[in-house]
Amino acid sequence: MYNKIFPPKKIVLANGKVVVEKRSKTPLILLIVMIAVYYAAQATGFSFEVIFKRIHEFFTIILQMLQPNWGYISGILPELMVTLKMSFFGSVIGAIVALPAAVLASSNIIKNRILDSILKTVLSLLRTMPTLVTALIATYVFDLPATAGTIAIFLFTISYVGKLLYEAIENVDMGPFEAMESTGMTRIQAFRYAIFPQILPGYLSTSLFCFEGNVRYAAILGYVGAGGIGNLINETIGWRDYSSLGMIVIMLVLTVYMIETVSEHFRKKLI
Amino acid sequence: MTTVEKQLFAAPRHYRYFLTILAIVCLLIAWSVTEVSFELDQNGMKIASNIVGGLLHPDLEFLFSLTTNGVLYLLWETLAIALLGTLVGAVLAVPLAFLAASNIVPKPAAWLTRLLLIFIRTIPALVYGLMFIRVTGPGPFAGVLTIGITSIGMLAKLYVDAIEELDVKVLESMTSIGCTTFEKIRFGIIPQLLSIFLSVMIYRFDMNMREASILGLVGAGGIGAPLIFAMQGYKWEQVGSILIGLVILILIIELLSNKIRMKLVNG
Repeated sequence: MYNKIFPPKKIVLANGKVVVEKRSKTPLILLIVMIAVYYAAQATGFSFEVIFKRIHEFFTIILQMLQPNWGYISGILPELMVTLKMSFFGSVIGAIVALPAAVLASSNIIKNRILDSILKTVLSLLRTMPTLVTALIATYVFDLPATAGTIAIFLFTISYVGKLLYEAIENVDMGPFEAMESTGMTRIQAFRYAIFPQILPGYLSTSLFCFEGNVRYAAILGYVGAGGIGNLINETIGWRDYSSLGMIVIMLVLTVYMIETVSEHFRKKLI
Repeated sequence: MTTVEKQLFAAPRHYRYFLTILAIVCLLIAWSVTEVSFELDQNGMKIASNIVGGLLHPDLEFLFSLTTNGVLYLLWETLAIALLGTLVGAVLAVPLAFLAASNIVPKPAAWLTRLLLIFIRTIPALVYGLMFIRVTGPGPFAGVLTIGITSIGMLAKLYVDAIEELDVKVLESMTSIGCTTFEKIRFGIIPQLLSIFLSVMIYRFDMNMREASILGLVGAGGIGAPLIFAMQGYKWEQVGSILIGLVILILIIELLSNKIRMKLVNG
């Protein structure tokens, strides 16, 4: 199609041979992107003028955050613990449930087309729902705020770990599995001894990685009333108490950094 | 005992190591379970069934209306926020990435930049949103800046990986045939980095769609604000139509982004 509108360039070489060089699509793509950017800028009211005139407001807040309110730690710690509990419990249960879900969704283990395509759709639908929206819905359904947060994290973990896991299962070497089936093992036994050892390190490391991300997500869930440190973020911003906000951010960065270091250590060991 | 069995038993066992880790994990689970109780709100089940009802019977007029209050316009606004935000982030991330690459700047400087990037990455998007509202006033523009700054962390991290894997031999051979610095950058460095940078940007755009859809919660534009208002007003049909629109848009973008990235990486 493209080649018909913009005919390829013909070059005659010294020995009389004709070579065709296809026109590059880059200008067309650039044009489309430029048009999209122009209309997007219109829709969002983008203006450099506002940025240059008022960006100092942003840095005043940052400066206030850089003078953290150390006395606030005692108020932060319990909520931080709630955040950690929510993300840990949600990730563990989610990762455990993701295993059977992924097995049922992988087309080389379950030969039932309908079942595995249904599960795959469910997993990708869950993944597209922003975690905050799930948490918001869960706060209407559950009594305790922390439970709502845990549920939101649980659902996200299933979808994330589940997707990566069924992709891993579908790419596994099926030779050992068939060999074990031919020696008279049941499919479940063959899965346990042939496929499970192949996917186990990847599964554990994905779950750890997901847990790292979940701590970050859990930090904002409190904003919609789902428990954890997000409550405090909401409050301190409401009161414009930016030095306390700075303290919260410092605690959060420390926690996330520690968890990332520990999890990276174990992930390196696994692979 | 056969040789096979001997080999099997000779393999190193780390029972104690595994047991310790298992015990720690169990302790952590026991500790974390204290916060959770599956007590439903007294209206919980009713609300859950209302939500499902809303999803099954979405407000079709709201979903397909072309006015600035309809779902389609809100989706376009969300898309615009994600697009511009990704561009802002991608531009800002380039200098930071070069400053954080240990093969370009001295080690301490690279380490400091990395620390800065960790800070930028960990501050939740909603906090940035609230800060930028002070700058630009509520509206989608605050969303663009928020998305821009939250993207920097991940974009710069992935850029750094690409920069650190630069093939320097190409540059050496270009020096040996007498290329100028500009030519070296144009023909030696940019072709190596551009496709990776683009593919990282498209991936981040895909993620930013999700981020942009929640920014409305703090008043930074996009589809989040109507969503939370509809929920607080218990208008589940509208919630249903917003969620359906959002999920479909995100799925389409994910598909497209996967296809384009495949093409970019495989040439």
